[in-house]
Amino acid sequence: MSDNLFEIRNVSKIYGPEDTGLVALSEYSFSIPKEPAKIITIAGESGSGKSTLGELLLRSSPPTRGEILFEGVDIWKFNDQQKRDYHRHVQAVFQDPFGVYNPFYRIRHVFDMVLKNYRLASNATQGRELTEEALNAVGLRGDDVLEKYPHQLSGGQRQRIMIARATMLKPKFIVADEPVSMVDASLRASILDVMMKLRDDFGISFLYVTHDLSTAYQIGDQILLLYQGTVAEHGNAVDVITQPKHPYVQLLIDSVPKPDPDNPWPGEIELPAEEALRTPSAKGCRFCPRCPQRMPRCETESPERYDVGPDGHQAACFLYENGPMPSKTKESMSVDESNEHV
Amino acid sequence: MRNPETILEVDDLRVYYATPQGDVKACDGVSFDLRSGEILGLVGESGSGKSTATGGVLRTIGSPGRIVSGTVTLDGEDILKYDDEKMRQTRWQKLSLIPQGAMNSLNPTMTISDQIADVIETHEGRQPADALRERIMTLFRRVGLPERIYSMYPHELSGGMKQRACIAMSIALDPLVIVADEATSALDVVVQRVVAQTMLKIKRELNVSFIMIGHDMGLMAQVVDRLAVMYSGQLLEIAAVRDMFARPAHPYSEILIESVPTLTERKPMKINEGITHDPRNPPSGCIFRLRCPHAMPVCSESRPDMVEVHPEQLVACHLWKKDENGSYVRQSV
Repeated sequence: MSDNLFEIRNVSKIYGPEDTGLVALSEYSFSIPKEPAKIITIAGESGSGKSTLGELLLRSSPPTRGEILFEGVDIWKFNDQQKRDYHRHVQAVFQDPFGVYNPFYRIRHVFDMVLKNYRLASNATQGRELTEEALNAVGLRGDDVLEKYPHQLSGGQRQRIMIARATMLKPKFIVADEPVSMVDASLRASILDVMMKLRDDFGISFLYVTHDLSTAYQIGDQILLLYQGTVAEHGNAVDVITQPKHPYVQLLIDSVPKPDPDNPWPGEIELPAEEALRTPSAKGCRFCPRCPQRMPRCETESPERYDVGPDGHQAACFLYENGPMPSKTKESMSVDESNEHV
Repeated sequence: MRNPETILEVDDLRVYYATPQGDVKACDGVSFDLRSGEILGLVGESGSGKSTATGGVLRTIGSPGRIVSGTVTLDGEDILKYDDEKMRQTRWQKLSLIPQGAMNSLNPTMTISDQIADVIETHEGRQPADALRERIMTLFRRVGLPERIYSMYPHELSGGMKQRACIAMSIALDPLVIVADEATSALDVVVQRVVAQTMLKIKRELNVSFIMIGHDMGLMAQVVDRLAVMYSGQLLEIAAVRDMFARPAHPYSEILIESVPTLTERKPMKINEGITHDPRNPPSGCIFRLRCPHAMPVCSESRPDMVEVHPEQLVACHLWKKDENGSYVRQSV
């Protein structure tokens, strides 16, 4: 048995033909330890490959190359019993808390289905107890919600019920794909708080897929930033967000609107006229066409991940080839900083 | 409140939706003004009536909704009194919309330029081809779109480009007021920043006024001049954005501002519940009292009036009382 819950080895996912298709995830390796439970954030813009990674872990589609091991076993070599167990141990919470419910059934139905399919309870009383326990874990009470219809609940409540449903199966891992992006800003905290509680009290790890760096910063233990299917930077969430190293991540963090009218965006930015194609044959750093600090070699060579800080903080950028201090960015860095304090 | 530079004035606007169990008052007595060359932000959670209020202004409310009462004065005339033909002419010409989800609001079977040409020719009649082309190119340049998209279809553009194409269309006829309904919320942060920059540039160059609907307080802080907060069909506070962030006057505005996660400080999150009442059966008195941390007996008795507690900062809350000098002070509870 392995000490890792997940081991992702050189996984690539290409949609379409292998030589000309769209590379959604490129040569990706990562492992998730069994303990302690962690919230691992995958962030990046639309089309960066975030959801693809979630889908691969949920076993909804096989990787084009590479393998994914769950507790040491390749998830695509499971037998039927292993598949069943896997779908119990790895649960999902999706983006849209409105679309996942059948509007004709009461909330109770969501839980009854799980109890029945996994034969969790031997009688109705025990089933009700399990349901109540799961609902309590997300801060709700059965009497308040079970007899209601989905439309009678807020987006935040609906999303927490989805988490309660997942929790009832005592999973080891939950893939939460943009769980708060369709929920109002003022209600997001209730969902994020539940995720932290499940991590701490129940030892459930999360893959938190999001494009919102501020929530990632608030709850994430580790963060992985994807750009066009490649990992731009990863490390401890606080380190990466407070001291971003990769030029793309710096741009991303500068662009998060600050809730302070006296602290505007530093300068104006332009999007590039043409996006480089993401075919497997495309060479060089993916971010090169947009990078303010690009060098000639970035057009032809792909950077590895270099160490840029403690606790596995790495960035895939040639600037850090010789260590955590960037090789030649003195000027542009100082310009950025002076803007920031205007 | 009547300001010489006021371009649009909404007074006591009521828009109700009929349901078998009674009317839902999705916009219940909303009043605000919009000044020349400003961006007014309109925030609130889903179901708070933001889009309904602006739907009332644009007169795009369809059945089972209806505009019950109120006035919407644009450029000196009450547009709620216009007949349909006059209103049709007013849209795009004086009052235009950047819709929610630009991805889905463009016609997939027409090129971007044909759709903009359609708006221009519908209102101004047939145009010479060269002049029309030049005019559309100018619009593209204004919003930072490259000329090569002239003959492209919507599916060939990225989300940010489609959103800017919608902005180009909205300014095609030099309107006075543009309503931007969640114009950037489906975009990721870098693209969102580019689209917001485009809106600020348009505002500066054309002196057009925007009503910007959204729920991202961070984005509002970056873009708008004044901010209005809605809750369950009612306006609770309106103030200059700096004043709102520095000293929110309504308990709900406080909650909204406190619940914005930041990138500078990792702190315990403030947990809130959503709108808790059935909109067909709102609570008596103050609409927010069921969720208010400071609710008092008076809050269930009467709906608080909108009062000016600081210059240009209006709030509807019983916590604010006049002192002996006639100025408003907030009571501590």
